[in-house]
Parts: sequence; structure tokens; C-alpha cells
Amino acid sequence: MTAPFPFSAIVGQDDMKCAMVLTAIDPGIGGVLVFGDRGTGKSTAVRALAALLPPIRAVESCPVNAAKTADCPDWAELGSKKIISRPTPVIDLPLGATEDRVVGALDIERALTRGEKAFEPGLLARANRGYLYIDEVNLLEDHIVDLLLDVAQSGENVVEREGLSIRHAARFVLVGSGNPEEGELRPQLLDRFGLSVDVRSPGEVAKRVEVIKRRDAFENDHATFMAHYGAEDATVREAILKARKRLPKIATPDSILEDCATLCIALGSDGLRGELTLLRAARALAAYEGKRKVHRDHLKAIAPSALSHRLRRDPLDEAGSATRVGRVVEEILV
Amino acid sequence: MSRDADSWALTATCLSLLRAAPDYLGGAVIRMRAGPDRDAVLAGMAPLPLRKIHPGISDDQLLGGLDLTATLSTGRLAQRPGLFDAPCMALLTMAERCETELAAKLAHQLDREFGHCLIALDEGAEPDECVPAALADRLPFYISPEGRRPEGWSADNAGADTCDPGQVSATLEDAQTLTVIAAQFGIASLRAPLLALRAARVHAAVNGRTAVDRMDLEVAARLVYPHRATKVPDETEPPADTPEPPPQEEQQDATGDGLSLPEGDMIVDAVKALLPADVLAGLGQSGAGASRAGTGAGQKRVGNRRGRPLSPRPGRLDGRARIDLVATLRAAAPWQPLRRQQQQMADRLLIRPSDIRVKRYQDHSDRLLVFAVDASGSAALARLNEAKGAVELLLAQAYAARDHVALIAFRGTGADILLPPTRSLVQTKRRLATLPGGGGTPLAAGLQAASLLALQNRAKGLTPSLIVLTDGRANIALDGEGDRSRAGQDAKQVARLIQTQGLHSLLIDTGTRPHTGLRDLAACMGGTYLALPRADAQRLTTAVSAALDS
Repeated sequence: MTAPFPFSAIVGQDDMKCAMVLTAIDPGIGGVLVFGDRGTGKSTAVRALAALLPPIRAVESCPVNAAKTADCPDWAELGSKKIISRPTPVIDLPLGATEDRVVGALDIERALTRGEKAFEPGLLARANRGYLYIDEVNLLEDHIVDLLLDVAQSGENVVEREGLSIRHAARFVLVGSGNPEEGELRPQLLDRFGLSVDVRSPGEVAKRVEVIKRRDAFENDHATFMAHYGAEDATVREAILKARKRLPKIATPDSILEDCATLCIALGSDGLRGELTLLRAARALAAYEGKRKVHRDHLKAIAPSALSHRLRRDPLDEAGSATRVGRVVEEILV
Repeated sequence: MSRDADSWALTATCLSLLRAAPDYLGGAVIRMRAGPDRDAVLAGMAPLPLRKIHPGISDDQLLGGLDLTATLSTGRLAQRPGLFDAPCMALLTMAERCETELAAKLAHQLDREFGHCLIALDEGAEPDECVPAALADRLPFYISPEGRRPEGWSADNAGADTCDPGQVSATLEDAQTLTVIAAQFGIASLRAPLLALRAARVHAAVNGRTAVDRMDLEVAARLVYPHRATKVPDETEPPADTPEPPPQEEQQDATGDGLSLPEGDMIVDAVKALLPADVLAGLGQSGAGASRAGTGAGQKRVGNRRGRPLSPRPGRLDGRARIDLVATLRAAAPWQPLRRQQQQMADRLLIRPSDIRVKRYQDHSDRLLVFAVDASGSAALARLNEAKGAVELLLAQAYAARDHVALIAFRGTGADILLPPTRSLVQTKRRLATLPGGGGTPLAAGLQAASLLALQNRAKGLTPSLIVLTDGRANIALDGEGDRSRAGQDAKQVARLIQTQGLHSLLIDTGTRPHTGLRDLAACMGGTYLALPRADAQRLTTAVSAALDS
């Protein structure tokens, strides 16, 4: 496997990149949904993110990447208990994945050869403390979607089968990408994603040329290209780490809370998850920019991606919901 | 060279490039009906070790899985490798029937840059029977030669020597030329210029060059762009001026200017000559086509009673689901030794609830015809009874086809749902007969009510079509005010909404003279327009069923 295209070398698509960086700073934001046309670099960005993320410290043989030996699930047969540093897991959930593969099942090999009951962890276990990436999320089979909704909500995966009763932590950031032309996403799943961004092909020729140039350089002049952008990726990684440290100290003035609430009421977004995500994302953005407290500008910048997918569709509005959010933001946060 | 011969010559070039570097290019779409011509084209790819796959291929075959027979006979786990576990040259037959789910999986495999090559064999007869866009976007070439195969044409497959396109150098200007041209043809996907650049490299390598030259660029653009084009470049305006450059990008744009010079223009002309005729014809309505591509044409519904079988899935026997016996036994088989050991029963097949697999089917959902009938004063005078008669006849047809019907009337200041979706013919007829006429024409309100009803029912799994019967003199705005100009605007706005939602629509002009405003409105809706001056109910019905079936 060759190194993925570097994150910092992606031209434009600032909303998408920003949303991904924010979830890296605060995984509590709850995931990113990237919707857009073909050939706009959705998958490229997610794979690049994997290389960008700072490593995590985890018990070496733990199947769910627990940070301490005490956190390892009791069913896991731990080999080495050394704490090692490993890359943040970014797990691909392929469309054809079976339920067994996603949640885990009995270890079929051991059952056959040794007649033993053992649990073989699935993709959800591997994604714990990391990212779960679903390409073409709108084409995912319904029963897998239901399963994911449940786990994403509770942060825990429970498997009951063949006389096994297994539970383990499954806290992950859900990243989905898809093409709206191929089908819509159920509102329940939409709501589980913290941020949602629409991506489009860049309109200016100059930008498009730049994309092609970089991609071509990546393919044909790999070493030089990676050396240059690898360094830039490292800068972003540093900034993420710094922002994580700063995040708990970010002050949130009451006026900002009020702004959040006013905004959500004006837009009529369903539930309170909108406000919570908006606030968290704004704090993460403030931390990323090195500020001490959340400012209105942060709210303004993040409101479209935090709220646009939580609105009821207005049948008379042809413009996308992001434009609608932008309009209301302009009216309210003058 | 004539156009036909030219397209066959290009096909030959295409094949030679594919033979030289199949894994680097990634494949092609071949849109041809079966016949000697297609055989000749496929013969051009004979040196490649192609493996046939079909749209019904199972995930096990595609991505690998448990090999049950081997596992059971050897007593240890045997995995069967998937087709795409190793670099694979696949030939997807009947690609026009490929489902979006399979297309997404194949696209994912192609994106892995693992040396896969996919030839999609598209036998579609109708324009909308085609390879899923997710695949077509990733495959560089689209081979669909026109006319008859010229005498003596054969893909020269002697020189099946591979080349190393990675050694060919391409300058930044080459990349820029290709990108600028793609932008001029309105190709949004950035994969197109990348694929074209690859094609140019391979062409250079095949011809023994170590650097891409103008000829390579031209061939690449002619092979990769024509079928993706969504517009014809504007000739009056130099392309580099079209985007208004922000000040800080002036530097870059200046180079861009210098680049789309004569040679760029000549390539543009070369590509333009190859644009398929139907692309040009369809350009005006590409917006409608594009928005409808994903959601139209038969909504699918997964159920457990009828339709095409899907892969079985674990489930519970709740009285509705049907068990898939073979799949259940397959699921239970590997566990037998373990279970026998536990239960001390060596002579029986032990099946647990978790083994149960249920059958699932997918069928196309029922159609819902939403009639929006103009019952205003102007229409009442002219044609209301005829319209009623036509609707009744259509209802009879709908009944025969087991379609659902809903009826909306608009008059006065608003629209009423006279009849929610139903299959009951008697009720519909009764409501229709008592429909009174008179008042203003709130066309916008009627359209809005119809589209909302259609959208609601689409969410429930029906496939709605709108049929609007009006004489088009909208004079009541959405809020109930009598304002002719605002009423017209509102109607247009709702019509555009109907188009963006991809609803299938038909507008029937029941006025005594065809109304140009209504033709525009139908265009806004992305629907069909039917003017029926002095038509009787029977003719109206024939016209409607013809338009709906097309």
C-alpha cells in the first residue's frame, strides 16, 4: 500500500477539511458527512485524514485499542500488555460487509479446529477510539444502518449469540461520504453526523489545473511531493495537538449560548443536538485558531455545516439548506 | 475521413492503449449491441486475461468469503479469495443492468489503485439504459463506434507489448491544457483530466516517445472527453477569460491565458467533432436529465414477498418472513462439531435461531398518478367536463395496471385534496362527478399541493407521477391574492421545485388555444407538455397514456 495523498495537498474544499480537523480535535462533535459530486476528492480526503491524525497510545494486544489494561474487555485474551503508540485507526466499512463482520461473531476457525467458543471482534471493535469510514453511505443496507445507529448512540457494542454475551466499547467518529444523486439518507442517520458538508468541483480553471498538477506530481514525482507536503501535514498535526490541549480552557460567554439557541429556533432545527454540536464545533474551531474564547465569527463559520442537515426541508426553497442557514445567520448574528 | 470511419479508427487507438497499459488506465465502457462488430472490438482485447463477471455476482465471489465445502472437508478454515484480491482484468457483461450497490463496490475496488482493470460491456438500447455513473466516471474510455465497421478493420492485436507510462514525462502545461479543455466542455469531475493525462502518457509510450507531445494530448482529449461533455465551448469568447480571476490569482491565470492558445483550440475542435449527436440534442435539458438520473425510473422497494431475490440475511421467523433453507443450512454447517460436542448429540443437525436466514426480494413499487385538475371559472366554461371524462378513462386504465390514484382540484383561492391516494375507482368517480367549477385559477397552489402529496407518497414507497390539467391562466398567487404576475411567478417557482425533486410530470393544456406560458411551465417542471385543443376525452386518454409510458 502506497502512502495516501497528503491532506494538506488537497486544493480548496476548505469546509470539508475544516470539518475533519475539528472532529480530530474534539471527537465528541460526532462525525462528518461529506456529500458531493463524483470526482471531488471526498474519499481522497478521508484517506488522507488517516495519515494526518496523531497516533494514539494503546495496549498492544487489545482488540479495541484500549488505553489502559484495565479498560480492555474481559473476553479479550491479552498477549503483550505493553502500551504502544499506534496510528489512529481509520476503518473502512465496505458496502458488502455482513453483520458478522461489523459487530463481530464467534471465531469460526477456533470453533472448527479446536471446538472452542471465542469471540472474533468485528470492524466496530477495531474502530474504537478512531474513525469509521463509510463510502457511499446512502447505499448501505438498512439493517447495517440500524446497527450503526444503535452503536453510535450508545458508544457500546453488545453481541448476544451462540451463548456468547459480549460487550465492548465502540466510540468512534463516523465519517460518511456519498453522492446525493444515488439516493437519500434517512433523517435518523443524518442526525447522527455532527457536521455535514457539501463539496463541489472547483469552478475556476486555475484551481482545477492546480488539482491536476498536484495529483500528477503525486503519481510521478512521489518522493519530492511527499517530502514537501509531508512537512505541511506535520504542521497541521501539531496544530491539532495544540488545539486539543487548549480545548478544555476555551471560555464560552453566555452571549454565545444565547446566539446558538436563537439561531436554532429561527431555523427550526429538530431536537437539541443542533445546538450542542454547534457549540462544540465552535469551541473546537476557536481552539484550532488559538483563541481563548468562542467568538461570534466561529459560530458564523461553523453554522452551515453544523445545522444544514438538521432542518426540515422547505418545499418552496430551491437553494440548498446551507444557503438557508447562511441567510439566517446573516440576519441574526449581525 | 468520414465520421464513421473516424470513430472506428479511434476505437482501434483506444484498444491499442488499453492493451499496452490496462492496469494504468483502469478500463473502458464499450457500448455496443452484441454482433460481429462487437466481437471484432473484443478480439482487440484478446491478449488481456479478461475474466467475465455479471451484474448478479455475489459479494462472496467479488470480495471473497468462506469456502464452505473446503472448510467442512478439511476441518479448518478455508477462505475463498475474491476476484479483486489480486490485480484483476474483469469484463462486466450487461453492465447497463448493474445496480448502484454493485457499481459502488466495483468503483471502490478501482479506487484502490491496485492494478485492476474493468471493461464494462453496455448493451443498453434506450438512452437511459446505461452504465451507472459511478463506474463511467472512473473508466477513461467510452467505446461506441458509429456506423458499420469499415472493410478490413480489425484491431491489430499483434503488438501486445506492454509499456511503462510512468517513464513518460508530461509538463505542467500539458496538464493545464487538458484541464482547461475539460472545463470548456463543462466536465465537472476532476477525474476526467487526470484520466486524459494518463491516456496521453500511454499514447506517448506506445509510440516510443519519452515526453508527451501535442499529438498525444489531442488523442487523449478525443478519447476521454466527448462522452462526458455537458456543453459546447463558446466560440465567441476566449475560454481563459470566462472565469473572473480573483486578484491574487492573476499570476496563474496569465499562464493559463498563454496556454489555451492555438493548440488548445485545435484540440477543442477535434473533441467537438466527436461529440455524439444526441449529446448535443440533449444539452438543453441536461439539467432535468441530471437531476432525475438518480431518483427517477422505478423506485425500488425491499420486501419479502415478490420481485427479484436479494441476498438472504439473518432474521427471525415472525410469520411474515420466509426462510431461505439452503442459506440457513449453510450458516449452520460450520458450527456442527462445536454444538454436537456441547450437547452430546452426534446424530442430529443442530440449528440455532442465529442461523436462520430469511429471503428478501426487491420489486419496483406501485405507481401513483396524482391528478391536479383546474376547476376554475375559465376552465369550467371550456373543458371541465372533457377533463373529467379523460380522468375517468385514465382511472379505468390505472385500475387495470393496479396504479394508485389521487385527485386534487384547484379553484378559487386554493387547492383541495379531493381524494387521497387510493385504488378505489368508484370513490374517485363519485368525487370527480361532484367537482364544481368556478372561481380564479390558483395554479401555483394546485401544483404545490400535488407535489407535496407526491413527495409524501414517494417517501412511503410509491412512484408518483403528476398530471396537471389546466388552461393556464394563473391569476391567484400562492397566498390567495389575485395578482396575475405574481401568480405566474409563483407557479414557475413551484414548477422548478418539482423538477429539482425529480418528479415525473405531465402538463395537459386544456385551453381552446395552446398557451405558450404553459409550454414554458412544463419545461420548468422538466415534464412533458401536451396541447389538446378540441380533443375529446378518448383522444386525451390515448395521449396521456402514450406520454406516461414513454
